[in-house]
Amino acid sequence: MSADLILSEVTAGYGPILALRGISLEVREGEVVALLGANGAGKTTTLRVIAGLLPPLAGTISFAGHPLHRLPPEQRVARGIVLVPEGRGIFPELTVEENLRLGAWHRRDLRAVRTDLERVFHLFPILRERRAQPAGTLSGGEQQMLAIGRALMARPRLLLLDEPSLGLAPLVVQHIFEILRDIHEAGATLLIAEQNAYLALTLAHWAYILQNGEIRLQGEAQTLRENPEVKALYLGR
Amino acid sequence: MEALIRYLAGGLSAGALYGLMALGLVLIYRASEVVNFGHGDMAMISTFVAYTLLRARWPLPIALLGAVLFGAFLGALVEGGPLRLARHRRASPLTLVVITLGLALVLNGLAGLLWGHEIRTFPAMVSGPPLRLGPAVITREQLFNLTVGLLLALALYAFLRLTRIGLALRAVTQNPEVARLMGIPVDRILSLAWGIGVGLGAIAGILAAPLVYLEPNALLPLLIKGFAAAVLGGMTSLPGAVIGGWLLGILENLVAGYIATELKTPFAFALIVAVLVVRPAGLLGRPIARRV
Repeated sequence: MSADLILSEVTAGYGPILALRGISLEVREGEVVALLGANGAGKTTTLRVIAGLLPPLAGTISFAGHPLHRLPPEQRVARGIVLVPEGRGIFPELTVEENLRLGAWHRRDLRAVRTDLERVFHLFPILRERRAQPAGTLSGGEQQMLAIGRALMARPRLLLLDEPSLGLAPLVVQHIFEILRDIHEAGATLLIAEQNAYLALTLAHWAYILQNGEIRLQGEAQTLRENPEVKALYLGR
Repeated sequence: MEALIRYLAGGLSAGALYGLMALGLVLIYRASEVVNFGHGDMAMISTFVAYTLLRARWPLPIALLGAVLFGAFLGALVEGGPLRLARHRRASPLTLVVITLGLALVLNGLAGLLWGHEIRTFPAMVSGPPLRLGPAVITREQLFNLTVGLLLALALYAFLRLTRIGLALRAVTQNPEVARLMGIPVDRILSLAWGIGVGLGAIAGILAAPLVYLEPNALLPLLIKGFAAAVLGGMTSLPGAVIGGWLLGILENLVAGYIATELKTPFAFALIVAVLVVRPAGLLGRPIARRV
């Protein structure tokens, strides 16, 4: 069974406010899909619904052919759905290594966890240097690397990233996206919510553009990059 | 000199019990952001369970183990029951605190109903002549309480630092939502923190009961001093809780010994007030990182 993610007519919100109004989207195994849109368009809510942090009010979600809506987030992780939350969500008082070990907390294959830890240190050498430091002492870029490294420790089949470029210097953002490309080439499926549409469209195959909790536009990243409306609204050129 | 050593020994041993209460309170507060006002009464009920099991001629170690497990179960039940239900309905931390206060009164009334209000003696864990180490004299009971307090604090530290579950608990105390994203069953970890916390309180109650006797309100001073020790240590710091307990115990014994017994508690608390005015975060505390 291929690990496709399918959302169909999903409505979700906080209290009386609807953040998502019946959105349907699909992420096929091995793809990179971008979720674009302005602040408050519903990108974060979409990822929270997929990760299980926010129960949808209506609609269905399935992953690899199984419905997800009854599963709590901790069981979705075990199925390979891993979210790198907005603002990175590292544990500031725990060490870098403890943060990484927490990524693999639900796994029992301890030998493989050790090799994965080495792999993450290989991918982000700075994290090896700082492994015994409290994670709160890292710079913003290093914290984002830690958050991504921690997610990789879970062996994700579907990696959800919420604004990986937020608050980072352009060079650091470049580096993070190069690593995301590597991660994808190693076989992971990615769903990336980004305000930096240009960057996201260079990496993605397919993109959805959200507006006020609805899907405004969707298409191949290549095509969207050439779309005059997208250019004007989201690419700023 | 001899008197000083006697006061210190008495202070450290009483302080170890305050520290045990404080450890449980801090562990629960850090994990769930709830100040457990039911702590003293949960410890008291557990001590009554020990009393009843001993009266039923259970062997001492098994009766005590049973009572501590009962306390742990009670703590887990309170978290897994009323507190969780309220939290899932978006109750504020203050509401949860009021729930613990209500439970304290319910448990206190139940204890009065089940065991009555007469004062009962509770057997000491150890007995025998005091030990002499040069000029120092320390009773066996003091040494025992001090050792148990220290060993339990070290065991808790090792559990949090060295085990997988301990790591999960530390993650939950910092950010429960992200902890869920790591695959950690946060609800079960919270129940565990409450179980350990109240279990420690039950041990403190059982160790204190031979000194203060047993009736439904007998452990109230222990609870208040446990709170004081926790706040003195910073409320968020586990080592702070232990050190706060010792400081409070030593302080009140010195005051009782050198000034006047009547001033024991007021003077100790006056000093705590002074410390907190100067250092509001307590001795080892720091403001809890805001959860997002």
